[in-house]
Amino acid sequence: MSNRVLMKGNEAIAEAAIRAGCRHYFGYPITPQTEIMHYMALRMPEVDGVMVQAESEVAAINMVYGAAAAGARVMTTSSSPGISLKQEGFSYIAGAELPAVVVNIVRAGPGLGGILPAQGDYFQATKGGGHGDYRNVVLAPASVQELYELTVEAFNIADRYRVLTMILGDGTLGQMMEPVLFRDEEPVETCEKSWATTGTRGRREHNTIQSIYIEADALERLNNTLQAKYRLIAQREVRAETVNCEGAEIILTAFGTCSRICKNVIRQAAQIGIKVGLVRPITLWPFPDRAVAAAAAQPSVKALLDIELNAGQMVEDVRLAVNGIRPVHFYGRTGGNLPTQQEILDQIQVLARS
Amino acid sequence: MEFSILLAGFGGQGVLSAGKFIATAALLEGKEVSWLPSYGPEMRGGTANCSVIVSDNPIGSPILNAADVLIALNGPSLDKFTRLVKPGGLILADSSLVHAVPARQDIRFIPVPASSMASEAGNMTFAAVILLGCLAAATECFGRDSFEKALYDALPARHHHLIPKEMAIFDQGATFAAP
Amino acid sequence: MEEKVFSRTRGLTGKPFHYCPGCTHGIIHRLIAETLSELDILDTAIGVSPVGCTYNNYEYFACDMIQAAHGRAPAVATGVKRVLPGSMVFTYQGDGDLAAIGTAEIVHAAARGEKICTFFVNNAVYGMTSGQMAPTTLLGQKTTTSPFGRSAAVQGYPINVSEMLATLQGAVFIERVAVNSVRNINRAKQAIRKAFKVQQAGLGFAMVEILSTCPTNWGKDPVSALKWVDEAMIRQYPLGVFRGQEIEVGD
Repeated sequence: MSNRVLMKGNEAIAEAAIRAGCRHYFGYPITPQTEIMHYMALRMPEVDGVMVQAESEVAAINMVYGAAAAGARVMTTSSSPGISLKQEGFSYIAGAELPAVVVNIVRAGPGLGGILPAQGDYFQATKGGGHGDYRNVVLAPASVQELYELTVEAFNIADRYRVLTMILGDGTLGQMMEPVLFRDEEPVETCEKSWATTGTRGRREHNTIQSIYIEADALERLNNTLQAKYRLIAQREVRAETVNCEGAEIILTAFGTCSRICKNVIRQAAQIGIKVGLVRPITLWPFPDRAVAAAAAQPSVKALLDIELNAGQMVEDVRLAVNGIRPVHFYGRTGGNLPTQQEILDQIQVLARS
Repeated sequence: MEFSILLAGFGGQGVLSAGKFIATAALLEGKEVSWLPSYGPEMRGGTANCSVIVSDNPIGSPILNAADVLIALNGPSLDKFTRLVKPGGLILADSSLVHAVPARQDIRFIPVPASSMASEAGNMTFAAVILLGCLAAATECFGRDSFEKALYDALPARHHHLIPKEMAIFDQGATFAAP
Repeated sequence: MEEKVFSRTRGLTGKPFHYCPGCTHGIIHRLIAETLSELDILDTAIGVSPVGCTYNNYEYFACDMIQAAHGRAPAVATGVKRVLPGSMVFTYQGDGDLAAIGTAEIVHAAARGEKICTFFVNNAVYGMTSGQMAPTTLLGQKTTTSPFGRSAAVQGYPINVSEMLATLQGAVFIERVAVNSVRNINRAKQAIRKAFKVQQAGLGFAMVEILSTCPTNWGKDPVSALKWVDEAMIRQYPLGVFRGQEIEVGD
C-alpha cells in the first residue's frame, strides 16, 4: 500500500490517459476540470506527446476527430457547457466510427449554470445529445481510483468498438483527492487500425473517413452496422456494483458522487433496523438493466429509491429496468447542492413504513 | 476509527494545503483518506475550505455532514461551521484573527494565537502549521513523524530548507493541546 | 507512332466529377492533384474535405481523405498533423465553410502556425445550398438571400480573408490566385506548389485563396462567369502574394 499517491480526481484522469497510451490531448479551459489540461501541459512534453489549447470546445473535438482519424489514442475533456458545444463532433465521430475518449466533469445547469457538482447531463450523455441514431459508451466512476482505472479502460473500449467513450464525473470527483494505487503495467489493448487515414505510404488504396452517405441504402447500412455494434457493447460491457442488496427492503440506485453518499446511508439505515441495498451503475450506457431488475425482483423489496444530482434522469432507466414490478421513487437535489445522508434516510423511512 | 476535519479560512491562508498535509500524513500511516475542497469563486480570493476524512476503513462519502474537528482561521468560518461540529468534537481557532468564542458547551475549544506566532517567526504560512501541530497533539489523526515526512513529500524541493523551522513551529502548536 | 501527351494525373482517382458545367472546382482539384503527384507526396498526403459543393472530393483525390464538419477542417487538419507531423496535410474549403461558420478555426490554425495547407475556394456564393449570400459576396451582388443585391447597410461588407490572415505571424504564406484564364491557372499551380513546399519545409501555415466561378448560382454562362471574375471579383479581391513573397522554395 506504500506506493499509493494522493491525487486529485482530475489529475488521476490525465495521468491515466497517458498511461493508457494517449499522446494527444485537445481542450479548452472550463471549471471544474481545468486541472486535467494543466497536468497535460506539464506531462505531455515528458512523453513526447502533444497538448493543444484549442480556440473553442468545437475546435477541440474536431482536433480529436482528426487525430483519431490519423490513428491516435486521443482525448478531450470539458464540463457541461463545453460538452454541449462538442455534441456536433460527437455525432460525426459516431458516424465516422472513430475511437475517442471524452471526459465530462459535470457542473450544474442549465445554461452557464454554476460550477458546483451535478448530474444533470445524464440524458445528454446517455441518450445522444448530438443528432442522429448513435450511442456513446458512458462510464461513471465514483472514486479517484476508479477515475484512473476507468479512464484506462475507456481507451480500450473506444478502440475495441471504434466508439466515443465518455467518462461522466462531477465537480466533487474532479476536485477531490484520494489515494491512487497505480498498476505496474496497464492493461492497454492494442489494435490494428487499418482504416486510419495515415497517408497511403504506397501500401494500399486511399482510405476515407466520412460520416456522409447521400444514398439512403448506404446510410442505412452504416446505421445497421452501428446498431449491431451497440448491441454487442450492451452484451459485453455492462458494469454495475451492488452493495448489500440481498434481502434488502429498500434498493437505492445512484451513480458517481451520489452513490458514495448512499453507501453511508446504508450503514445509518442499518442502525435503525432498515436493510437498504444499492445498485450503482458503472456503465450508464449500456445501462445495467439486469442488475437493477434482479435486485428489485427480490420478495424482500418494498420499493426502489433513485438518488441523483438532478431532477430525475437515470430514474427513467431504472423504471424501464424494473418494468413496473416495484414502485420506483426519486429524490434529487440540483443547482450544485448535494443531498445529505439525513435527507435520504428520511425518504427511506417513509418508504419502509408504507 | 473515522475522523473528519473541516478547515476553513480566507483564500491565501494555506487552508487547502493544510488539508493536503493532513491527508498525506495519514496516508503515510496507511490510513484511508479523502480531501475535498470548496472550489469556485473561492479560487479567486474570498473564503476557502476543505474537508478531510481519515479512516481505518474505505471512505464512503467524502462530503461532510458533520465534523469531528473544525479548524477556523477566520471569524466568519467559526460562525458558519461551529454548528457542524459533532458533540464531543473539537474546534481549533486562530485566536489572533478569531475573537469570538463558540457558543457551545458540548465541544472542546482551543484558541491558538497562530497568526501572531507565525508573524513573529517571520512566515505567515506557518499559522496553519501551528494549528496542525495542535491538532496532531489533541487527536490521533496523524503523528509528528508522518507530518514531517508529508512535508517532504508534498513540498517542492526548493522549500525543503524551511521544513526544520516548520517542525519547530509545529511543536510549539502542540503545546496548546495540553488540557 | 502515337505518343501519349496528356493523361489523368495519378493524384485523382478517375471518378468523374459531379460539378456543374463551367464550375472551376474541377480545375482546382486537378492542380492540387498534379502537385501532389509531381512533388511525390501523394502517399504521405491527407486531405480534409469541407461541407459545400466539394463535400465528397474525398472520392476524387487519390490520397487519404477525411470528411469534416462544416467549417472545422482546419481543426481536423490540426489533429492529423499533430499526430503525423511527417505527413502532408491540406484542407479544401469554400467561402461559407471557411469564412462564415469556420472563421474561428481558420484564424486560429493560422495563428498557431499549423504546418498545413489550406486551399480556400472563393466563388462569392453558397453553391450547394442553392445560391445564398456568402461572407465574400460582393456589394450589389444578387443572391437568393440578398435578392435586391448585397447592401452594406443591410448585410455588411465582404471579407477579404487573405488580407486578414496575412496579419497573423503564424501564416507564413498567403496568396490569392484565380483560375479564369490559362495564365491565371498556371500562376495558381505555382502558388499551390509553393504552399506544399512551405509545409514540407515546416515553415508554418500556408493558404492559397482561389477565385472560382459558380455559373449556376451567378446566373451566367460559363464564359461570362470567367469574365465576371476579371471584371468584378478581382476588383474586390486583388490577386497577389500577401505574405511570404520572400520565401524561395525552389523547384
